[in-house]
Amino acid sequence: MSTTDLVLLGVLGVLAPACGVLVFTLDSMARVTFALLASLCCVGGVVTVLGLPYLGVVIVLMMVMEMLIMAVFMIAYMMNPAGLMPMSMLHNKGGSLVVSAVVFAALVAGIFAVPWPGRTGVRPKDTTFQAGTALMGDQMLTMVTLGFVLLATMVGATVLATHRGRYDRFGDDLDQRPAKDPAGAGVGR
Amino acid sequence: MTFHLLLVVAAGLFCVGLFGALSQQSIVMIMMGIELMIGGTIVAAADFWHFLAPAAPSGQVVVIAAVVAMAAEMAMGFAVTTAIYRARQVDMTDMAAELKG
Repeated sequence: MSTTDLVLLGVLGVLAPACGVLVFTLDSMARVTFALLASLCCVGGVVTVLGLPYLGVVIVLMMVMEMLIMAVFMIAYMMNPAGLMPMSMLHNKGGSLVVSAVVFAALVAGIFAVPWPGRTGVRPKDTTFQAGTALMGDQMLTMVTLGFVLLATMVGATVLATHRGRYDRFGDDLDQRPAKDPAGAGVGR
Repeated sequence: MTFHLLLVVAAGLFCVGLFGALSQQSIVMIMMGIELMIGGTIVAAADFWHFLAPAAPSGQVVVIAAVVAMAAEMAMGFAVTTAIYRARQVDMTDMAAELKG
């Protein structure tokens, strides 16, 4: 690993948790969302520097889109003026801090106590090709499962977010006609 | 040593997210905490792949599975938030306490 890579890893490794802390300390919900975006972009950067450029770029692109959507949701659902005012919405802050600190201490102790095995094998020339052949070969079952998970997510999210279903509009036996729109609008009003 | 330090970074991200998931009241903020926890998992998986077994693609597959988990969590979280907000005008976990048991 070159010096540039080490410096990049150091900078990104410090920035990622620091931006993560900002997520829960900033006041404005818009700033909070962009702090999370910065943190997850640093995660994508670390993955890229570690030799997985395809996955790193996918993470960054996905997070940019997710966080923009999340910013809209955050501002839409916050009760004070659009979630842009200082406010604290914590419960059991002390207990949460203790639990997190204990888990962190245990994880760090484990990291330095475990006798990790040495490096086995050499890195392939094209890591994207390695991921592709694995997903289309040995790990095909994983890929199929992930595909079904995404399909189920799409269906489930749509069902949950839809205001009215077909049974709301047409009755239990699907024999009722929908009521006329009381507000009246559109071309024929 | 870089291997260990990156694992510490992953643990830090995970625990910051854990604090958020445990302490926040807003459902969307809890989702942000879970995103950070999955971010820590991704860093750890990439670290394991690079420093322990670069010839095996399993580390990459774990990263892909974590990214899919992120997407699914986000979509379902927004859908649940929308559903509960529409039903009760609530976006805080404390106000949805009647969901218990």
